[in-house]
Amino acid sequence: MNKEQLTGAELVIRGLEYLNVSTVFGVPGGAILPAYDPLYDSPIRHILARHEQGAGHMAEGYAQSTGELGVVIATSGPGATNLITPLANALMDSTPLLAITGQVASEAIGNDAFQEAYTVGLSMAATKHNYLITDASEIPQVLKEAKYIATSGRPGPVLIDIPKDILNQKSDWVEPGPLDLPGYKPTLEPNPKMIQQAANLIKNSNKPILYVGGGIIHSKANQELFDLATKFNIPVVTTLMGRGAFPDGHDLCLEMPGMHGNYTATTSIQKSDLLIAIGVRFDDRVTANPSFFAQNAKVIHADIDPAEIGKVREAQVPIVGDAKSVMLGLINALGDTKLNTENWINELNSMKNEFPLSYNQNENGPLKVPFVLEELQNLTGEEAIVVSGVGQHQMWISQHWNFTKPNTWLNSGGLGTMGYSLPAAIGAKTAYPEKLVLALDGDGCFQMTCQELITASTENIPVKIVVFNNGNHGMVRQWQKIFYNSKFSASELGHVVPDYVKLAESMGAVGLRMTKKSEVKNVFLEMLKINDKPVLIDCVVDPEDMVFPMVPAGGSNDQIILNEEDLKNL
Amino acid sequence: MSERILSVLVEDKPGVLARVSSTISRRGFNINSLSVGPTHIEGRSKMTIVTELDAVEQVKKQLNKLVNVIKIVELDPEMTIETEVLLLKVSINKDSQTSVIEKASLSGANSVDVGQDYAVFELTGSSKELNKFEDLMKPFGIIEMVRGGRIAIQTNL
Repeated sequence: MNKEQLTGAELVIRGLEYLNVSTVFGVPGGAILPAYDPLYDSPIRHILARHEQGAGHMAEGYAQSTGELGVVIATSGPGATNLITPLANALMDSTPLLAITGQVASEAIGNDAFQEAYTVGLSMAATKHNYLITDASEIPQVLKEAKYIATSGRPGPVLIDIPKDILNQKSDWVEPGPLDLPGYKPTLEPNPKMIQQAANLIKNSNKPILYVGGGIIHSKANQELFDLATKFNIPVVTTLMGRGAFPDGHDLCLEMPGMHGNYTATTSIQKSDLLIAIGVRFDDRVTANPSFFAQNAKVIHADIDPAEIGKVREAQVPIVGDAKSVMLGLINALGDTKLNTENWINELNSMKNEFPLSYNQNENGPLKVPFVLEELQNLTGEEAIVVSGVGQHQMWISQHWNFTKPNTWLNSGGLGTMGYSLPAAIGAKTAYPEKLVLALDGDGCFQMTCQELITASTENIPVKIVVFNNGNHGMVRQWQKIFYNSKFSASELGHVVPDYVKLAESMGAVGLRMTKKSEVKNVFLEMLKINDKPVLIDCVVDPEDMVFPMVPAGGSNDQIILNEEDLKNL
Repeated sequence: MSERILSVLVEDKPGVLARVSSTISRRGFNINSLSVGPTHIEGRSKMTIVTELDAVEQVKKQLNKLVNVIKIVELDPEMTIETEVLLLKVSINKDSQTSVIEKASLSGANSVDVGQDYAVFELTGSSKELNKFEDLMKPFGIIEMVRGGRIAIQTNL
């Protein structure tokens, strides 16, 4: 065995190299300083974020765009607490993340030392698993375990907390051995009996719907999904996390269901006699009130996480397994079956025609986000990686953008973290320098992490940012309009400050602005010409615009509010 | 409400109890009792968790997600031996002394310490028997009471 004495810090960096980590995001500080010393000499690229939350979202964007592990490094105390939001975000959206945090020296732990926080305790409910290292010799093996736990089964964030004295402690580099995790054995292969039962239900269904989500993307199973849907003519709804798993524009694609889903997608589930749910968790944004959800449907629920099955909705056929294996199994079990879904598809097609998504862009009126999005997509096609914040703009993008490939749509779906867009876009652009990466953000969101524009400039990561500036927390304003008698309590940000163009320039980026329809195309063309710097567009949009369709929280998906007119009947 | 008992084998590592109790409270599960102790196997501890029937499936699944949880067995109520330990300190005086000691001894409790004006009893038994003993002692004035949490084992295993 190859043995040499290294410090704990060197073991961390050597361990990351051993795990083929090429990029890490982070912010240094007292307790983690020893690790930054060997990092300087390592081929691993370190991106210096301006805030640990930003570093965490960057690692998430890197992971979500590649499907591989994202790594973030922070110091003890505030460095670690600032990471809690990205960790919780990654847990909700099942993103494989590894966080390494410095901790105060072992003998100081528990004494309220400078920059001490109980990181393992604080992050316990925000990680899939976490560790406190007590001896430097553990480091290589724990790193290997952590990567395995983060990336296997249902992926998620794992944190390793390392006291400063352990980072300085000398130990042997011992190549990590086989994993010994008696309590962690994810089930990948589905039970063939369950597959057969599922196939039997599908054969007898007249109105099946494939209800699919992020699990397809994590499992890299979009091809198997495509085969299953097209071979047996089964319409597909893709949840917010599953956008891009099945190509928009395909005849069988109904796109997003739920609170702001389109009419046909939401209604197809309500009318379905069989939900083939794969890699989804019956989230409340999809189901609304679960007692009214898909009341006529039997449910096949396949997920890699057994705890998701039966959590919200009882499944007639529960299947624990990886989405890819499940769908291969189903395709095989269905064999030459011909499903008689023609009438069902016709019914859905006429629904699509009768209730299309729409918007109304006046020639001289204020800009509407959906119009701006369509103009941008016309110029950029389907290759861009689109990264959104949270709120109205996020829903409009999911509704109006044409997603045809997995991992091209990054957003904070479960936790709904405002401020996610810009740093996550930086992470994605780091992974794919040659690809167009668009941070399409709201002004409220942007203001939460806009300091990371400096990171983009100084690290030469030329992302393109569109700030939809409606001067408001738009979704909050929308709810206040509908549910709080237009009492706009604390939702107004103002259009004037900051001046986003000047802000961008001061941060080393190019700032542009669009305020009316006639400017949109040219400003985008100008943006697309600039590839050596980040570009930010201040896109001034209508603050009065609302996202429709809408099903109020806790309502029934049978009662969809299609437009402002419908609000009068509430 | 109907109860279910889970026998949970875990790795004996720092923070395991915190992980289990954090998962339970985070998910809002009702837990009637939780006890933990070593097993005959090196590096393994056993937790006995008593929960309600309607929560038991999710409790099992969520706890199973913890990396340090190795195995969860839901005990068959028909084949389960369950016990709990209690220590109870009660006031005594000249008038009550005989009656306290008599009732305790009839209940199967052992006296483990007796002072001028108090006595400490130890009782092992089902939760019901422990509750009953508490009720018996109440009129004499309970000074302090500690219960150890319920533990259980399946008879045919």
